[in-house]
Amino acid sequence: MLNPNVKLNSKLFDTDVEQQPIRKGFGEGLVIAGDQDKNVVGLCADLTESTQMHLFAKKYPERFVQVGVAEQNLVTVASGMAAMGKIPFTSSYAMFSPGRNWEQIRTTIAYNDVPVKIVGSHAGISVGPDGGTHQAIEDIAIMRVLPNMVLLSPCDAIEAKKATLAAAKNGKPTYIRLAREKTPIITTEETPFEIGKAQIFFSPPMTAQVGIVATGALVHKAIVAAQNFAEKGIAIKVLNISSIRPLDFEAIKDLAREAGAIVSVEEHQVVGGLGSAVAEVLAQNHPAPMELIGVHDKFGQSGTPEELIEHYGMGVSHIEAAVERVIKRK
Amino acid sequence: MLQLTDEKIIWMEEKANEIRQSIIEMLIEAGSGHSAGPLGMADIFTALYFHLLKHDPTNPKWQERDRLVLSNGHIAPVLYATMAHAGYFPISELKTLRKFGSRLQGHPHREFLPFVETSSGPLGSGLSQAVGMCLADRMDHGKYSAKQFYCMMSDGELEEGNSWEAIMLGAKEKLQNLTAIVDRNNIQIEGYTEDVMPLEPLKQKWEAFNWHVQVIDGHNFSAILEAVGQAQAEFSKPSVIIANTIPGKGVSFMERKFEWHGKPPKGKEGVEALKELRTLEGKIKSEHA
Repeated sequence: MLNPNVKLNSKLFDTDVEQQPIRKGFGEGLVIAGDQDKNVVGLCADLTESTQMHLFAKKYPERFVQVGVAEQNLVTVASGMAAMGKIPFTSSYAMFSPGRNWEQIRTTIAYNDVPVKIVGSHAGISVGPDGGTHQAIEDIAIMRVLPNMVLLSPCDAIEAKKATLAAAKNGKPTYIRLAREKTPIITTEETPFEIGKAQIFFSPPMTAQVGIVATGALVHKAIVAAQNFAEKGIAIKVLNISSIRPLDFEAIKDLAREAGAIVSVEEHQVVGGLGSAVAEVLAQNHPAPMELIGVHDKFGQSGTPEELIEHYGMGVSHIEAAVERVIKRK
Repeated sequence: MLQLTDEKIIWMEEKANEIRQSIIEMLIEAGSGHSAGPLGMADIFTALYFHLLKHDPTNPKWQERDRLVLSNGHIAPVLYATMAHAGYFPISELKTLRKFGSRLQGHPHREFLPFVETSSGPLGSGLSQAVGMCLADRMDHGKYSAKQFYCMMSDGELEEGNSWEAIMLGAKEKLQNLTAIVDRNNIQIEGYTEDVMPLEPLKQKWEAFNWHVQVIDGHNFSAILEAVGQAQAEFSKPSVIIANTIPGKGVSFMERKFEWHGKPPKGKEGVEALKELRTLEGKIKSEHA
């Protein structure tokens, strides 16, 4: 059952559950962040509308900089603005920022420890028809290794809005990972969000046999898989990890202690992503068998989001199969 | 800008010589680092820190200060030496360059040495940061802000695409209080720039990108100060000063040789270099070293 303490969307299992692109929450959140603090500025590399920064650019044109198709310049100009006291939000597709400009982010933002926000939209394989060149499935890996960097991966548009507002106030270099496609609304305005905290979203009344840790657009599928098990009398807990760095070690350890087996779910390479981060926590604190759902050492390709999720083994049935495998390994 | 007198020019020439000596001393002590670029830029750094910049070494966080971004971080020795001579930190600290626990990292790190405006080393991203600083300042204080923004760049780093992204944005935004100073010393690690990757016609390239361009002798204080004055009088474009410099300037066996780009003087070389600087190429007899 859904954890009543986090006040999730009661209609999330309905076939006609409301869906919105996660990036939309960023666009709305940035306008509010701009209302709250005049130092919030926006920079974009010719993708203002598709990253949803156009809402901010329209309301605050004097605080918006269009840098053109130049992602290296995007983040280094932002670094200079941050050095003067601004809170710059930069947006592009995740494949280009932080994909193309990683060293500039490392040296001028993370090493300098300035509060630039790198917003990477169109992350994951569900970008769809654009194909493998545009599907960032390595971005968590390259960003979570950077000292000083905060890494947020919201599960729906509402959480993306909260992540944006929290990032505007955290005073740190921050990467926000967003998906392009419409994604079911899981949370509500009342759902707690805190950088560094993970939340149990699905929690049956008995001791869990497996814990699922999930992030981003696949959290909904993880919850559906857990519900399917609940209907068969098998208890699975789902932990939503929207703050990948800092990571909520305690929540992960608690889950491993209770369930004794973990499945990670993410739209990312299984190497270096959330699953790896969780495996590092388990190996050092509470070793437990683990199965990793994600892309296994492949590039993406063109297709519909659902076709690609199925092809690369990240659908509900794949999550269920991973749960069954990991139970046998306990 | 303060009035320039002949006495001040002579004083700055002497100061630049002291800074060159400090550069050699710190490189000898460090046992690694870059020689040619720092020596070549000593005159321009002296002109900036001792005449042009609005700054206060006793109050480095003064908000109204001009901003100087060092893009080619490998010439850190000239930045450190000039800042020490200007009073930001003790000259004796220069000998900690590149050593464990030092604030003077091999390439500048703002967390360790907060007096520098940014960390740098990887080439091609300093101008972008100066553009960002200038844009942020314009948002707060308007087009005619009293601050000046300088970016010190190498010629070799103009091979980086990121540099030209910044050049385009600076021109688009008409950042008239931004001045880039390119150290046109014609060398980079592996050879002469025109062999490794030709940059010429460099003046015309910047002009085509809508910058106000001046080409000067980077060792002539009058020319440096006049060019900066001209740059600040330009109200519709950002400015670039292409400063022709001699890499290794002041130490004859280093001058114009790309081999001295990335190594320090060792043993007798250091003694020779200091002797030459202290006697002004043999013009002064009283050498005590």
